[in-house]
Amino acid sequence: MATPSSSLAVPPADAPRADAPVTGTSLGKDAVKRLRKNRLAVFGFVVVCIVVAASLVGPWIIERATGYTYDYIPTDPSLVNAQPPFTAPDGSFSWLHPMGTDDAGRDILARVLLGGRISLMVGVISTFVSLIIGITVGATAGYVGGKVDEAIMRGVDVLYSIPYMMVVIVLLAFFGGRSAIGQLVLLFIALGAVSWLTMARIVRGQVMSLKSQEFILAARATGVPASRIILRHLVPNTLTIPSVMLLESFLSFLGLGVQAPLASWGSLAADGIQNIAVFPWQLICPGLTMAITLFSLNFLGDGLRDALDPQMRKG
Amino acid sequence: MARFILRRLLVIVPMLLVVVSLTWGLIRVAPGNFYSGEKKLPAAIEKNIREKYGLDKPWYVQYGRMLSNTARGDFGESLKYPGTTVNSILASTLPVSATLGILAYLLALAVGITAGTIAALKQNSRADYASMAAAMLGISMPNFVLGPTLVLLFALRWYWLPPARWDGFSVHLILPVLTLSAVYMAYIARLTRSGMLEVLRSNYIRTARAKGLTERQVVMRHAVRGGLLPVVSFSGPALAFLISGTVVVERIFALPGLGNYFINANLNRDEPLIIGIVAFMSIAVLFFNLLVDVAYAFFDPRIRY
Repeated sequence: MATPSSSLAVPPADAPRADAPVTGTSLGKDAVKRLRKNRLAVFGFVVVCIVVAASLVGPWIIERATGYTYDYIPTDPSLVNAQPPFTAPDGSFSWLHPMGTDDAGRDILARVLLGGRISLMVGVISTFVSLIIGITVGATAGYVGGKVDEAIMRGVDVLYSIPYMMVVIVLLAFFGGRSAIGQLVLLFIALGAVSWLTMARIVRGQVMSLKSQEFILAARATGVPASRIILRHLVPNTLTIPSVMLLESFLSFLGLGVQAPLASWGSLAADGIQNIAVFPWQLICPGLTMAITLFSLNFLGDGLRDALDPQMRKG
Repeated sequence: MARFILRRLLVIVPMLLVVVSLTWGLIRVAPGNFYSGEKKLPAAIEKNIREKYGLDKPWYVQYGRMLSNTARGDFGESLKYPGTTVNSILASTLPVSATLGILAYLLALAVGITAGTIAALKQNSRADYASMAAAMLGISMPNFVLGPTLVLLFALRWYWLPPARWDGFSVHLILPVLTLSAVYMAYIARLTRSGMLEVLRSNYIRTARAKGLTERQVVMRHAVRGGLLPVVSFSGPALAFLISGTVVVERIFALPGLGNYFINANLNRDEPLIIGIVAFMSIAVLFFNLLVDVAYAFFDPRIRY
């Protein structure tokens, strides 16, 4: 039994009946068990792991094996052109560029993996930023209630009705473009600062509705501090990494996000669209990679949410 | 209800003040100017430009003028396209974006609600799994991937549909609308399914069945109303997202809509145009949110304003 609060979760359907000796099970252990039964979530988890591992070590391996990095342009001018996947310059089969090359002869696989690194990093860090702000604000509003709640939520309402995407675009267009790293930091802040609103609302709503439910009352009765209750039971509702990644890719697609020579999936797709009629793989390869990753992340997220919410099992 | 609507309409004032001031502040704090380019302008020319656009005045005079312009709904002339007023740009681009957005959302509602309801009524059937898998795909597929893929297939390979451009209300709209609505379709289908599943288990549905209504009546008259609540509350944020969605879709399909102009205005540092579009969009978002809240009261009889 991990903590007093976790043992108060509704026992799973296959748990021992009340008259049998009760063995402790925690919300966490329960969740893992349920998650493992969900085949789609496991599939998502595996694919996400593969993508993360590939983007972390992939560029290094490619550089060792072929000498290509994400911004390596071949010195031989005859190689500075777009080649289809698995094709050597003479048209025969080759393992050298599994995703082909772009107009400058750069290896697309290396660029896609770098893009993955950046997209995932933006997703995780910005989500973290928004989590901290959103949970603090939302949980305070929902848990304290009363006048504090009203004041906070009025403020959030006003901010919410701002088309924040436009403010982000203004922010990035006017302040961006100085350096590639500076642009990344700007992205973290901008995306984190705009996505906390939804988070705050969700968390507040959850806190409000859960505050009155018996298992929270029970947790409180056993002396678990309020912060612990909020974290343990509400954090699972805030899996927004895929949506932040989407937002980042939109911005990069519009040319406002990640700057060259760095690349993200959005900016790669934007480059690919230029040549879509002639070199379709330049769009399809990064696009498909991104779609598969988001697909898996979403499945994993769905599975996690179901697994962590004991009430969902009835459905 | 009337008081609620009035109060919400009054919020427009402080909200607009916040948005417009924030945008204006960002534009002013950022280094550079709309006339600064690769080459440095001769001092005399720069002085003339600054005088012409009132940039030589202290900041509070400029801020005040911007606010009064916004209050009057007259944003002045574009800096990039001299002689063209921001209002005329808004008037010519709005129909494009609005047509696109509204058609996409209607399509999303129609397909999403149908698929979600069927999935909920036949839970764990093949139709359920198929539509939920399709929905997941729709959520995970960025529209800048989906759009060009559709173009590649339908326009460049099979020559069925035109690939891009704006041509009024015509077949040119099919691909952009499909691209834009895919995500919303997917979200709405999922929300409808979970909403309906929850409602179908509730007591008032049991009552409706018990009093002998046909399954069709139970679903159409009672379940749908409660089951669609999540969809209604999703519509507020969705419409805000639709704005960002249109930016991308207008880019892909080279449509002369608000979004495309907004991006260019930002790259050109065209201050009046930026302020004008931001102010207009903010009002639109607020208005849609209000509509959603009113709709919410209609769908859920427990809600009173």
